[in-house]
Amino acid sequence: MTAEVISELLREHINRLAATGKRTDGRAFDEPRPLTVQKNYIKNAEGSARVQLGDTDVLVGVKIDVGEPYPDTPNQGVLSTSAELVPLASPTFEAGPPSPTAIELARVVDRGIRESKTVNTEKLCITPKEKVWIMFIDIHALDYDGNLFDAASYGALAALSCAKVPASKIGKEDYPLPLEHWPISVTAAKIGGNVLVDPNLDEERIAAARITVTTDENGDIRAMQKGLRGSFSLDEVRAAIRTSQRVGKGLRGIIQRA
Amino acid sequence: MEDIEHIPKELKLIDAKGIRLDGRRADELRPIKIEAGVLKKADGSAYLEWGNNKVLAAVYGPREAHPRHLQDPAKALVQCRYNMAPFSVTDRKRPGPDRRSVEISKVISEAFSAVVFVEQFPRTSVDVYIEVLQADAGTRCAGLTAASVALADAGIPMRDLVTSCASGKIGGVVALDLNKDEDNFGEADCPMAIVPRTGEIVLLQMDGHLTAAEFDEAMELSIGAAKQIYELQRDALRRRFASVAEAAQREAEREPPREEPPREMPPEMPEDLPPEVDDL
Amino acid sequence: MDGSAPERREVVIPGDLLNGHGLKPGSGTFNEGGRIYAARVGIVAEREGFVDVIPLSGRYIPRPGDVIIGKITDLGPSHWLVDINSPYPAPLNAKETPWMVEFGDTDRYLRVGDVILAEIVSVDEAMRVQLSMADRQFGRLTGGQVLDISPAKVPRLIGRDGSMVALIREFTNVRMFVGQNGRIWIDGDPEGVHHAAHVIKVIDASGPAPGLTDQVRAYLEAAYGRRATTPAERDDDGRH
Repeated sequence: MTAEVISELLREHINRLAATGKRTDGRAFDEPRPLTVQKNYIKNAEGSARVQLGDTDVLVGVKIDVGEPYPDTPNQGVLSTSAELVPLASPTFEAGPPSPTAIELARVVDRGIRESKTVNTEKLCITPKEKVWIMFIDIHALDYDGNLFDAASYGALAALSCAKVPASKIGKEDYPLPLEHWPISVTAAKIGGNVLVDPNLDEERIAAARITVTTDENGDIRAMQKGLRGSFSLDEVRAAIRTSQRVGKGLRGIIQRA
Repeated sequence: MEDIEHIPKELKLIDAKGIRLDGRRADELRPIKIEAGVLKKADGSAYLEWGNNKVLAAVYGPREAHPRHLQDPAKALVQCRYNMAPFSVTDRKRPGPDRRSVEISKVISEAFSAVVFVEQFPRTSVDVYIEVLQADAGTRCAGLTAASVALADAGIPMRDLVTSCASGKIGGVVALDLNKDEDNFGEADCPMAIVPRTGEIVLLQMDGHLTAAEFDEAMELSIGAAKQIYELQRDALRRRFASVAEAAQREAEREPPREEPPREMPPEMPEDLPPEVDDL
Repeated sequence: MDGSAPERREVVIPGDLLNGHGLKPGSGTFNEGGRIYAARVGIVAEREGFVDVIPLSGRYIPRPGDVIIGKITDLGPSHWLVDINSPYPAPLNAKETPWMVEFGDTDRYLRVGDVILAEIVSVDEAMRVQLSMADRQFGRLTGGQVLDISPAKVPRLIGRDGSMVALIREFTNVRMFVGQNGRIWIDGDPEGVHHAAHVIKVIDASGPAPGLTDQVRAYLEAAYGRRATTPAERDDDGRH
């Protein structure tokens, strides 16, 4: 990403609003932007979804291929997640090898899915120690208006939820990817003394710190990531967890129904 | 390619009546749909579906060219980056550029450099990004056609749109706009791009085997199809700007906007000078 | 207009042949083989023997005399570098300010991230831009907020003889400055700013084109529950 000078007016404006409980786009602090999900967007992918979170637009594709298992999990399928922040999506994205930002994004999305055991990987074993199904989740940013973490993780979950294992390639019948859990990440940004859910780009640009909490359908925590140079108090983290549990419910429903 | 199995060797790509596997005649295009102005952050953008191809194009610029040593003091650089999403093809493609996409990016950049008034924006670059989201042969033609609309959407001055199309040879017959199976099993493919108004060819590639007469036939098909595609490009731009046009027209009927003096509001400037300033 | 409806001019697209009979090619056009063509998306306007294409999109290209809103992105011992929302960064020389800035002292006056109102004093052939803040109406902007719109929409936001801005001000009471580079600074009470920002967004998104002024007036009259005191503008489409 190219460095960008933040206008002091923007910083003051957002801070001033936040001090009175307001946001630039009129949302409440714990209110995410509207989420739309289109599943099965790409026919060449085994699963896919295009997700719009406000003006942030992400396309996620899942490809499923035969490969080798890891030696320590000989009878389990493999999950691999990558993200491309292509320069089409933002004037601040540059072509080139994955930036630390893209790698962090892919890893945080991966962690939520992996740690909540979203996919039953034992059902992806073909021949123990030799052949398993490998899931490649590829996150492709199309329009960047803040909070790629959540948009990408909703896209990944939606794409997995409609994915089919192409077992016909090995002479069997295709079957739906065995999805067992629905982890939802909720990211919030710290602005002044306030914590705002689903920061838009302007908010993200001035945020001191960022926190992502991924919870499952029981409200249990499955992954977390604190980012940026600022800090959170323990109470703020606890509040972020409660918010993630509460806000995540509605978002999970949208993704399940899509 | 892994798709081969479903096509028996003896199967004809085009039958005795001149009908292709997907039901088209030899001179028929796949369905094309174009929409301009689909992205928020880009200065110009377009989405295009062409058969089973899905392509997004975005234009940023003219903007300061980076790195600085690339800047041309006399003109703008037109820099295209063609990229395929990993899930756009049947076998996952590793993210990032490969030799094929670098070459395609280069020839598309050159095609656009032929029509953009680059001398109007010295030291800048006009960056054209093509993302292939779903691929089914002909992605460079689809990408270039979309990018051309995105350039116009971005307000980049140019001599004309550029329109692209391919023809090739399948089962011994010269045919327009090959799909993936035809591309894989056909005898030749010849993508081109043209400046429709003048007939200038600004991109031309070919691989396979054609006689000179077959090449002429292929070009005739492509040029004819480019005229149809050109109308779709223009229609997408008209739809994009239709609502703005009428109101803007009223502005145009009076003095030109640039002459509009900002006189109506010298703001009451806040007393904002740093304290030190008062001491000086 | 009265009686005769004006000719509806369509959007022109690069490469369109323009009816430039007896006219010279103006901005947004080019001459090829004695004919005039559109070089960009826009609508056609004729004036003073020229045929122009008024753009509907595109980045801001600096012109001498334009008043713009800029952002300080860097500084040197005797100048600042200003992002003016264009392909060209613009240096502001310390001499072009109302202050007596000593060498190396620039950051006492303007810092990276500060937003200023300034004037473009010159643009040379290589598009090197010079800014000035010397006139007393210019300076650093504090408070308020900056909204970005397409620079091509700036004339519409200003309106005929400033009518649109006057309308927005009449209702919302905001302080407002429209930079030619598509940056709009507004400040005022929260309600006024809210409505003004809404109207600016509507204008930027353009909406249904005929009667934009009417649309804005209707919105503001509804929002504030009173009628505009400025007379309804005669729109060119003959509706009034």
